[in-house]
Amino acid sequence: MIKEYSTITEVNGPLIVVNKITNVKYDELVEIELSDGERRRGQVLEVSEDRAIVQMFEGTSGIDISNTKVRFLGKVIEIPVSLDMLGRIFDGSGRPIDQGPKIIAEKRLDINGNPLNPYARDYPNDFIQTGISSIDVLNTLVRGQKLPIFSGAGLPHSKVASQIARQARVLGKEESFSVVFAAMGITFEEANFFINDFRRTGAIEKSVMYINLANDPAVERIITPRMALTTAEYLAFERDMHILVILTDMTNYCEALREVSAARKEVPGRRGYPGYLYTDLATLYERAGRIKGKKGSITLMPILSMPEDDKTHPIPDLTGYITEGQIILARELHLKGIYPPINVLPSLSRLKDKGIGENKTREDHANVMNQLFASYARGKESKELATILGEAALTEEDKKYVEFSDKFEEVFVQQGEDENRDIARSLTIGWQTLTILSINELKRIKDEYIEKYLPKSTIPPTANENEIKEKE
Amino acid sequence: MQENTGKIVKVSGPVVIAENLLGAKMYDVVRVSENRLVGEIIELDRDRATIQVYEETSGIGPGEPVYTTGLPLSVELGPGLVRSIYDGIQRPLDVIFQDEGAFISRGVEANSLNRTTKWDFKPLRKAGEQVIPGDHLGVVQETSIVSHYIMVPIGMAGVIESIVEGSFTVNETIARIKDKNGVVHEIQMMQKWPVRKIRPYKEKLPPVEPLITGQRVIDTFFTIAKGGTACIPGPFGSGKTVVQHQLSKWCNAEIIVFIGCGERGNEMTDVLLEFPELIDPNTGKPLMERTVLIANTSNMPVAAREASVYTGITIAEYYRDMGYNVALMADSTSRWAEAMREISSRLEEMPGEEGYPAYLGTRIASFYERSGRVKVLSSQEQEATVSVIGAVSPPGGDLSEPVTQNTLRTVQVYWSLQDKLAYARHFPAIDWLKSYSLYRDQLTDYFQEEINKDFINSTTAAMGILQEESELEETVRLVGIEALSKRERLTLDTARSIREDFLHQNAFDEIDTYTSMKKQHLMLDLILFFHKLAQSAIQEEYITNEQLTKLSVKNLIARAKFIPEEKLDEFKIIKEQIKEQIGSLIAKKLGKDE
Repeated sequence: MIKEYSTITEVNGPLIVVNKITNVKYDELVEIELSDGERRRGQVLEVSEDRAIVQMFEGTSGIDISNTKVRFLGKVIEIPVSLDMLGRIFDGSGRPIDQGPKIIAEKRLDINGNPLNPYARDYPNDFIQTGISSIDVLNTLVRGQKLPIFSGAGLPHSKVASQIARQARVLGKEESFSVVFAAMGITFEEANFFINDFRRTGAIEKSVMYINLANDPAVERIITPRMALTTAEYLAFERDMHILVILTDMTNYCEALREVSAARKEVPGRRGYPGYLYTDLATLYERAGRIKGKKGSITLMPILSMPEDDKTHPIPDLTGYITEGQIILARELHLKGIYPPINVLPSLSRLKDKGIGENKTREDHANVMNQLFASYARGKESKELATILGEAALTEEDKKYVEFSDKFEEVFVQQGEDENRDIARSLTIGWQTLTILSINELKRIKDEYIEKYLPKSTIPPTANENEIKEKE
Repeated sequence: MQENTGKIVKVSGPVVIAENLLGAKMYDVVRVSENRLVGEIIELDRDRATIQVYEETSGIGPGEPVYTTGLPLSVELGPGLVRSIYDGIQRPLDVIFQDEGAFISRGVEANSLNRTTKWDFKPLRKAGEQVIPGDHLGVVQETSIVSHYIMVPIGMAGVIESIVEGSFTVNETIARIKDKNGVVHEIQMMQKWPVRKIRPYKEKLPPVEPLITGQRVIDTFFTIAKGGTACIPGPFGSGKTVVQHQLSKWCNAEIIVFIGCGERGNEMTDVLLEFPELIDPNTGKPLMERTVLIANTSNMPVAAREASVYTGITIAEYYRDMGYNVALMADSTSRWAEAMREISSRLEEMPGEEGYPAYLGTRIASFYERSGRVKVLSSQEQEATVSVIGAVSPPGGDLSEPVTQNTLRTVQVYWSLQDKLAYARHFPAIDWLKSYSLYRDQLTDYFQEEINKDFINSTTAAMGILQEESELEETVRLVGIEALSKRERLTLDTARSIREDFLHQNAFDEIDTYTSMKKQHLMLDLILFFHKLAQSAIQEEYITNEQLTKLSVKNLIARAKFIPEEKLDEFKIIKEQIKEQIGSLIAKKLGKDE
């Protein structure tokens, strides 16, 4: 028999304090009934002998101290899962909002999950072809990776994310991905863009969507990604599916966390975010991966908008420390009209080395990648020099690099929203841009690959190069 | 032992407060609730104890019991540590995976050391001999490269009554020792040691030998000594973890303890999959055969993260006591500090800088101080070392934050990682102008005797060129390259060569990943030799910088890093070619003029 309390003594932001309680557990799910019969849910944040602090997911407006009833449900937050969830849309607390029937639970799962044993992990090494050159060649995504998109207000991160969701394939295996999508505090337009895009391509049949919009309760955002990831874990590890989880926008999630922390009067860390932000984000992000002996996988792509495009802001900063790299969108490229505006230099995929090379992509991939990175970095440097001293001050070599970096942005990074380049095509475009540079500058590429792949017509071999070859 | 029972009165995340814990001591381990979650007492106030719980506390509430154990948080030491992977409180993750499945549920118990494995114990001492703590009673072949010496436990001395050879489990008696009071103690291969207590030694000594890592920028310029301390602070994406992995792969320590503290799960998987495959250049055996892994990834409970560095360093000290050179990597100490901060804030302690507890500096310093070159306890004279290398993850790459600052105050070597180098894919992204090693003076003798008498001079010269480059670049940025003299432009070219052909090292290339000290010296020597000849050539008016950079031998210098260790003779040939090509450049013009 569940006891009902009407002993709320304090309401403070998203928190309520309930007194004279017995047998309440930490993290327990709470249901309150307002005087008008409305029911809301919350979670125990702290409990001492006769007093519990409860965080309400749907806000505290309308709660009055004397007439609100509180019930402690004796369980942590669980969601029902089953294969019927595919193709469905839920709100941020997991209630269907697509006029479909309720989900009949195959089983109920704790949304916090348990930490994955590092020993049980299988290393992600299946190359995912996203069809986007700047990702496939330079910041390769692999199955089971967590790779966030760092964006800013007004940048086309939604387009990039949905293009990836649409085009992602594992080479050789014709398995595509099912998408679990969690929206936290994004606008109706943005959510609608994803829903329509998924409808247009039919991807919606294989997707599960959790939508918490900008005008939905803020604190609810704390549980939305957990529900999405629990669903993903079920589909991946019990139903052998390959899941791509998109979480957008993590900045809103962190702000909800900050709101709760502030209400609890905790000692704040940087910029008012709680000191446990790293740990909290890690418990979300680390749920991505592969498990030994299981077929399925979870690839995670959180999207976050960097306040003022500042990468050192706590949210992108801590995210970067947890995730296996990051894709950074640059306003400067976006303004130049380049889509996708991926700033390849600070972008990084930490797992790329395991996913590329012979039998995965192509033998020359790693070399080409390093060469493109190094040359583009050099080109950017020369450009900077030119803005200070004027182009005339550049050496011939520097001018070549400037030409290269422009071309690189125009033909390699730039591509259509529906353009799906396979990896060979992307590498070829990379090689073509490299012909601008003198062959001596291609220090990061092995001679045999230069011989084999460098388009010959445009660049005559130099004397030096011949000499070396003769010696070998 | 009869367990005392207390009662929970408050739960707030990983911190639980309990009452009525009679006889509880600071840092005692307790078991919380019927789930028997592992916790440690971190504060006592009359009969109220504050407990940090090493597992998730959800579903735990007031009124539930707390059991005392009367023991401090300890690790089990004995054969079977090497090749293991443990969590922060030394629970074996491989065993848990077999027993419980992929996800770690709460309250799991598993012995740190396998109780059923039999080890072949060979006595090194005989009955009737007098022994003191640290003396090797016998030896067990733990892995193909590690001889695990069974030592007389600390605090025990006397005469060996009996000692037996044979196959035993870790808790079977292998010897009996009678102390001076006539009491006979049974000795097993397994010992326990509280993690927060330093294992004693006879005497601490200054380091004299470098820890050779095969990483050129580290060994040649910013050497760490065996028994030394180093830190690697750097923003995310600057390659801290790759450097840590490279060091644990290639450094010439005999035992590696790698602590994955609050970092990514996949990084540990990487180590687990890769190390058994990689061959150690010093022993010719798989690297896993000398490695102990502690993995407390970021999604695992935060309090156990706090404990993980102590678990790791205690294991490192244990192998040091056997006489080994041990290297400990902690990735990342910032996560450890954050765990302290989280616990501290739950305790409602008065915060210091940025919310970190006021004792942050003390804790960091005392952790690094557990490193060192020591004379170990034993009746024989034996030296051994523990080197500690800690990664630091400063938020936003801002080095003024408390963890970095407190660490820099303690450690002797600083490898400064820069993201701008990483963006240009210059790896390892260690900044050559900001990094330092305070061991250089102590190690001069070693380098001059063991490597080459010119080694120190070469490194100083190379560093001078790099230093000059940064000044010249400033000038170029202001007035353009034309303002530089030919000599200065040559310096820029050589500096570029040092950066690209020497400092830059590809961890993923089979040959480039490890460079012996001898080859490092030859490589640097080659670049400086070219510089020297080029310097005299450039004094001739008719020789331009372009002519020199276009010499085909420059390409050979660039590719010298790919010369295999067994073909180091090729360096002589390249040197000859440098002489020849620069010589002919001078001669050609001379010929024409005449």
